[in-house]
Amino acid sequence: MKKTNEPLHSYELPKARTGIQGLDEITGGGLPRGRPTLVCGGAGCGKTMLGAEFIVRGATAMGEPGVFMTFEESAAELSANVRSLGFDLDKLVRQKKIALDFVHIERSEIEETGEYDLEGLFIRLGHAIDTIGAKRVVLDTVEALFAGLPNHAILRAELRRLFRWLKDRGVTAVITGERGENSLTRYGLEEYVADCVILLDHRIVDQVSTRRLRVVKYRGTAHGTNEYPFLIGTAGISVLPITSMRLDHKALNERVSTGIAGLDAMFGGKGVYRGSSVLISGSPGTGKSTVAVSFLDAVCRRQKRALVFCYEESASQVIRNMRSVGVDLAPWVESGRLKIHSTRPTLQGLEQHLVEMHSLVKAFRPALVVVDPISNLTISNTDTALKATLMRLIDFLKEEAITGVFTSLTADGALALADSQIGISSLMDTWLMLANIEANGERTRTIQVLKSRGMPHSNQVREFLLSRRGVELVDVYMPEDRVLTGSERLAHASRARADSAGAMPQEGR
Amino acid sequence: MNAVVAAKTKKKAEKAAPAAEWQLRLYVAGQTPKSVAALDNLRRLCESHLAGRYEIEVIDLLVNPTLAAGDQILAVPTLVRKFPEPIRKIIGDLSNEGKVLVGLDVQPIGKAPS
Repeated sequence: MKKTNEPLHSYELPKARTGIQGLDEITGGGLPRGRPTLVCGGAGCGKTMLGAEFIVRGATAMGEPGVFMTFEESAAELSANVRSLGFDLDKLVRQKKIALDFVHIERSEIEETGEYDLEGLFIRLGHAIDTIGAKRVVLDTVEALFAGLPNHAILRAELRRLFRWLKDRGVTAVITGERGENSLTRYGLEEYVADCVILLDHRIVDQVSTRRLRVVKYRGTAHGTNEYPFLIGTAGISVLPITSMRLDHKALNERVSTGIAGLDAMFGGKGVYRGSSVLISGSPGTGKSTVAVSFLDAVCRRQKRALVFCYEESASQVIRNMRSVGVDLAPWVESGRLKIHSTRPTLQGLEQHLVEMHSLVKAFRPALVVVDPISNLTISNTDTALKATLMRLIDFLKEEAITGVFTSLTADGALALADSQIGISSLMDTWLMLANIEANGERTRTIQVLKSRGMPHSNQVREFLLSRRGVELVDVYMPEDRVLTGSERLAHASRARADSAGAMPQEGR
Repeated sequence: MNAVVAAKTKKKAEKAAPAAEWQLRLYVAGQTPKSVAALDNLRRLCESHLAGRYEIEVIDLLVNPTLAAGDQILAVPTLVRKFPEPIRKIIGDLSNEGKVLVGLDVQPIGKAPS
């Protein structure tokens, strides 16, 4: 295969929108209209799903009927398989929006003698196209013919003729092909389909699988050249970095309480914006989860629903632990207002986590989503993948006007570690940093608002206590010209009380 | 899909007894040299080896495109042995009589297969 770096034409190539989330953005509007596109990849990488979604979206959303010619699965098998994506092929077939044709040849019952061509295939395809007025065609996987027909010379000549014929018919076609060892496809289909090639990949990194998609070539148009993670969820395929390209969610002016009175006061007494994203970062034991749970508790008290994704503790452990700080989550869980979803981050790939989050959020419709912690997801994944996933999740939550609270574990140590969060902090609207300040043989928990977009916020580093009454911010204690915290504060305060108690009567005289 | 095939088709071939011992179906796409050759080859072969015991049905896919799916026809010409079962298929212009006989599993009469 040769690389094409052709100069971009001033005119835009006519394109057919696939309707697949994200793919149209990467390809700058879809697949080349009226031309064949090769989709290749190894077994189980989602070729058939991509083809099916291309056809279904075309038929349902774009008003372009399509023919799905399958060489590997029967029509019934195909409909059953894509039903998991919520596509009802049978119904679309009845509505004459889709035609399915299962092309099957059994090597054992075929004998070859003399000259032949594949006109039968052309006639079947042509008939299907004409019957429903198809604008789209998927051939999945035409390479299966190589196993069925012994004479590859005839087959190759006929395939070349087929792709030419598809172009002449002016249908937008997707041809799938199995990944070969040294070539894109096992039988070199890329030789015949030269306009657009999309490569799908299913890779295992650190025992976690991620699906990736790359546009290898796209003649006559600019396209995203990166590898993009994609996922196959209950609503079809979606390619990752996407919604972030369009930042058009509506900003809400409504404010919601953080559940901590003192913290609300740091945001001018009103808390954070509804639908914004809040990052709570801190080293171990600084109280991130507890602060996050305060958000939850506040939401549940307002008769709204909240959803927690826990990657460290089981639901009952969360409930038990939070009781120790005076927050009882059990009634919320029982009344169905709170859902705690606990899984191990290594259970599945990031994109699967994202799919799960999507579907749970869609089903539960919470006002608040807490992910505790996002940093645990990075154990098994690289930072760039995490950032893309988070971006996707945040965009999704913002579109739904759901407030997102994300905790993030930073390495034990000083405030300088703020920069380790640089990658994700830019995605966040509000960033709370928790820290333990060690001095005079004790640790003091502190909280500060590193940033909060679009609202005045306190610049103070505040001490807070975890008690049976929950999270409490201690009033700033600044007796002379410095802020005192911890037992220093207590000591100074009681000294001052004693002093003033002693002084008062004197003044009284 | 198979229901479509059951539809009555135009029979060009000679009508033998209602249930001939050998029921053959030849799929072609128009009167191309290959399909003409295939039909000629088939008739000759049947006359010499299956005289009086066969029935040939020619299906022109240009006329009846829906019938292609039923017998899973891709290549033309394709000869399908509908009966006796199991179904066998022979693709090509049937120019090699020996191979066709093997493909149909017909015992050659008189001379040995070439």
